[in-house]
Amino acid sequence: MNMFDGKKVMIIGDRDGIPGPAIEECLKGTGAEVVFSATECFV
Amino acid sequence: MSYPVIKGAGYALIHTPDMIIHNGTTQTTERITNPESEYLKKITDHIRTYEEVINYAPNQVYIGNITPEDLRNYKLPWFDKDVPEANRFGKFGEIMPQDEFICLLKIVDSFDLVKLKKEFINNLKVKMQNHPLFKNDMDQLKEGEEIEEIEKMVKEQHAEALYHEGNLVGCVKKAHDIDLNLTAHILFENLVVKASGMLAFKHLINKNNIDVSDIEYVIECSEEACGDMNQRGGGNFAKAIAESVGAVNATGSDTRGFCAAPTHALIEAAALVKSGIYENVVIVAGGATAKLGMNGKDHVKKEMPILEDVLGAFAILISKNDGVNPVLRTDLVGKHTVGTGSSPQAVITALVTTPLERGGLKITDIDKYSVEMQNPDITKPAGAGDVPEANYKMIGALGVKRNELERKELLNFVKEHGMPGWAPTQGHIPSGVPYLGFAMKDLTEGNINRAMIIGKGSLFLGRMTNLFDGVSIVIERNSGKTEEVGVSQETIKKMIAESMRDFASQLLKE
Repeated sequence: MNMFDGKKVMIIGDRDGIPGPAIEECLKGTGAEVVFSATECFV
Repeated sequence: MSYPVIKGAGYALIHTPDMIIHNGTTQTTERITNPESEYLKKITDHIRTYEEVINYAPNQVYIGNITPEDLRNYKLPWFDKDVPEANRFGKFGEIMPQDEFICLLKIVDSFDLVKLKKEFINNLKVKMQNHPLFKNDMDQLKEGEEIEEIEKMVKEQHAEALYHEGNLVGCVKKAHDIDLNLTAHILFENLVVKASGMLAFKHLINKNNIDVSDIEYVIECSEEACGDMNQRGGGNFAKAIAESVGAVNATGSDTRGFCAAPTHALIEAAALVKSGIYENVVIVAGGATAKLGMNGKDHVKKEMPILEDVLGAFAILISKNDGVNPVLRTDLVGKHTVGTGSSPQAVITALVTTPLERGGLKITDIDKYSVEMQNPDITKPAGAGDVPEANYKMIGALGVKRNELERKELLNFVKEHGMPGWAPTQGHIPSGVPYLGFAMKDLTEGNINRAMIIGKGSLFLGRMTNLFDGVSIVIERNSGKTEEVGVSQETIKKMIAESMRDFASQLLKE
């Protein structure tokens, strides 16, 4: 049983940190369903 | 190979306290969504005075009175520490007060859209008569309007109000009845870009002994768009600014790329000079009122002054090699491509190590990296961290991974190859280019031989792509050799020999 199995995930990435698509990539192959993914610019 | 050089730099900040309240989007949004909010009630208690803005260490760095290294002598937070003998004018430019800047809006107004109150103009004519750059432009302010007329334009004709010290002193009129691209609000933002860009450009000319008629091309690289309903963003701020500074032999165009645009513009200017198309190209950008007080809620919550209280502007001249000034290595350019990917490792590889490998260089061969030079005094209390430091750590980490740096040396790398951020969070303004003024000295009289300018842009904010963007370029101490591009004597001899051989073999065949 994976900790992400059956979980819905919302991703808010940071352009100068870890952007949304990179976090999405990490979740591939887990049981998580990415329901929202965005990257924000805080500057 | 003869590379183009960085020939001059001009930088300007404008203290705009009333524009934080009336034109910053954090505040205008709050006024619509939560008009009775505590934040709006408290905001006026958190506005800094003009003197406080002048005395603020990062601002003194921006105009060149102290260096980025000097900033390390000030412990964060910086807003409660004054720079001794701070000055409005600096080596690179100035910090202008709001009332004088409102006059600049009128001076650059080609369509008589800016209306200013009579008394306000009369006072400013006296105040600005000693300004080194504008004392001869006071006639352009004209006579001014009665306050009743201005009130009517604001209340009944959708004009954008201009305030100073809480009082209505003028307005910007709309330029069309129904065109949403020529509303008073958009024209105000565009005139701010033009006026602040002109200010930095004039300082570039004034401080570097430049003949303005030598400038042949201008690239404007801010984040606003000018145009009408048939060509929103048609342009062209560049030529409008060139006209306002008297660059009669220049044309130009606008380059856009969010915060990355200044570095894109730097590379484009270098390419234009390197190719021989133009000898003198200026990149220029004005400031953005929308971003004033962007993180104001966090600053107020933490009982700090609202630190995003200045507009930023810069102008840089790129010229053909003079054998003295730092060269732009047009062969060492980095770019984040469509296929690069978004992981930090992929981004830093594309922007930093790929161009360095092309030149046979290691990460540690770059003495100074100028990344997104946002001021951490502004960003840290707002939860956005220390942006330059985060970038330096990522660059250093990649150096460790590539065995170019010991892991234990990482923090030293951040200090030695990085700088504390000093630029206001005006989007494109912090993007690599704030260092160019200092680079001119560091890479000539100083002990630095190589620097890298890096710009990054958040393209996803425009909702056309999820991608972001980035470009970089290496600058280097000038070797002093300025050989002209052409065919060497050796090559000519070789060409003649080959032709003779061909001719001889042709004769033998016959």
